Amino acid sequence: MAEYKKPEMLTDTPFHYCPGCTHGIVHRLIAEAAEEVGASKDAIGIAPVGCAVFAYNYFKCDMLQAAHGRAPAVATGVRRARPDNLIFVYQGDGDLASIGMAETVHAATRGENITVIFINNGIYGMTGGQMAPTTMAGQKTTTSQSGRDVKTHGNPIKICELLATLDGPCYIARTSMHDVKHIRETKAAIVKAFKKQQEKKGFSLIEILSTCPTNFHLSPKASLDYIRDTAVNFYPLGVFKEI
Amino acid sequence: MKKLWKGNEAVAEAAIAAGCRCFFGYPITPQNEIPEYMSRRMGEVGGSFVQAESEVAAINMVYGAGGAGARAMTSSSSPGISLKQEGISYIAGAQVPCVIVNMMRAGPGLGGIQPSQSDYFQATKGGGHGDYHMLVYAPSGVQEAADLTYKAFDKADKYRSPVMILGDGMLGQMCEAAEIPPARQLKDLPEKPWAASGNGGKAQRIINSIYMSPDTLEAHNRELFDIYAEMEKETAWEEYKTSDAEIIVVAYGTVARIAKAAVNSSRENGIKVGLIRPITLYPFPSKAIADAAQKRSVKCVLTVELSMGQMVEDVRLAVNGRKPTPFFGRTGGNVTTPQEISAQIKANGEKYGAKSAAAKEK
Repeated sequence: MAEYKKPEMLTDTPFHYCPGCTHGIVHRLIAEAAEEVGASKDAIGIAPVGCAVFAYNYFKCDMLQAAHGRAPAVATGVRRARPDNLIFVYQGDGDLASIGMAETVHAATRGENITVIFINNGIYGMTGGQMAPTTMAGQKTTTSQSGRDVKTHGNPIKICELLATLDGPCYIARTSMHDVKHIRETKAAIVKAFKKQQEKKGFSLIEILSTCPTNFHLSPKASLDYIRDTAVNFYPLGVFKEI
Repeated sequence: MKKLWKGNEAVAEAAIAAGCRCFFGYPITPQNEIPEYMSRRMGEVGGSFVQAESEVAAINMVYGAGGAGARAMTSSSSPGISLKQEGISYIAGAQVPCVIVNMMRAGPGLGGIQPSQSDYFQATKGGGHGDYHMLVYAPSGVQEAADLTYKAFDKADKYRSPVMILGDGMLGQMCEAAEIPPARQLKDLPEKPWAASGNGGKAQRIINSIYMSPDTLEAHNRELFDIYAEMEKETAWEEYKTSDAEIIVVAYGTVARIAKAAVNSSRENGIKVGLIRPITLYPFPSKAIADAAQKRSVKCVLTVELSMGQMVEDVRLAVNGRKPTPFFGRTGGNVTTPQEISAQIKANGEKYGAKSAAAKEK
């Protein structure tokens, strides 16, 4: 029988995330995946600006906290200084797909040998629920209070589809956190991305559909159901590029 | 051995000699020879060159490489340095050693591509947000640019701080005979136990600048300023013919060389004038200027800059009202001449009672 225990790579610090938020589970998946590929002790992580800004409190590995949107550039610098360590970048949708779009696209097209864990919950969580570049049409946020109207607010961005057109990435996949099956698939995708990084195949990104019950104004369960019933229809799951 | 070096290329080669193995650049005139040179040389020495997607990305790559323990550098010119300010603030806050080169051009805005010194405030007073400073070197020639760039990496490591080389388009583009300091062996560089380089399961190293508790952040900021106080001992300046001077000219960088020519020709005309040339702009050689201004013989302290008057504010703080502190500046990319400065020396000398300036020309 398999023994259920906390991954070695995580500290004992309790997560500060809101009840029902999926950040904590994704942190755990990263730690499990890094241990599975035998790279947890020498991994280097890049924390974003957003709710995961304190990610370094939960991982035992060395970490750098990046300015808003700049994590892929910071990771590029780390990679050039440290050719062999496992490097993971943790970013939300505002960080990665809005202010950091240039850094995201260029790290990807350079084929920078890093793995980006992209948390897409369609909302700015830490600042209180504003419209994100990934907020879906009709979705209500504090800056799209009648629901996102694409005629005035513009359209949301599909990152996996966009990055899959580039030559640099070796693995681009979208997964979801809405049930156990999909959480397991998310972990498998992270393990695959880490292995490709160890094989020096280039840029990999896992977009993970996630929740923000506090700013969705939904219960934790209703938030997961919202991902299952609504988000996955607009953001189809799957592998968009694999080399 | 001395060779003919272009200013920008001497800076680049001196950085490599100092052990810089990570360079992140972006094209902007008049510093393009630095990324071009690095793109050739980094491959030869086993280093890494990235032409970043923007100056913003380049400075954040420096943050990553420096934070992971490498000697890292970026270079740009005024508008590009403005773009880097966010990153420089993070680097100062997170105490990441690195070297930033600014070959200044005229501003504000897109301005022009001709030489200027109008980024003095930005370089010495912070530039980005928050309470911080950095060591700022102002070389006046190609040899000094190479020497100070080489030294800048040691000082960056010593103080765990960004260090800026503040030159201008003239310095970047001029060719002079210079000798690059001897190449460092990477194994001899100082160890960096604080760097986020992968801890092998031992104690975690974190590179960050976020402190949510006001008390913790205040303590951190006070620690940074203790380091800046320690940095005072790096203050460097040159004094030229000041011992009997009635007029003191203060100028830095390439302008100091033009001013030196003006001092020499004014001396030939019997005017007792000397030059103080700050080599570090932060920390500023306030004491040297104050001591000079204090002398009974000195009638005025004339600041000359390629700006509308920026360093002159620090000169005035140093002189502290003891003597008149006139200012002469050219801007927009125009470069001053020895003749212009000589005229300023004579006019201000006469105005403020320097007898040697009032006497008839020889």
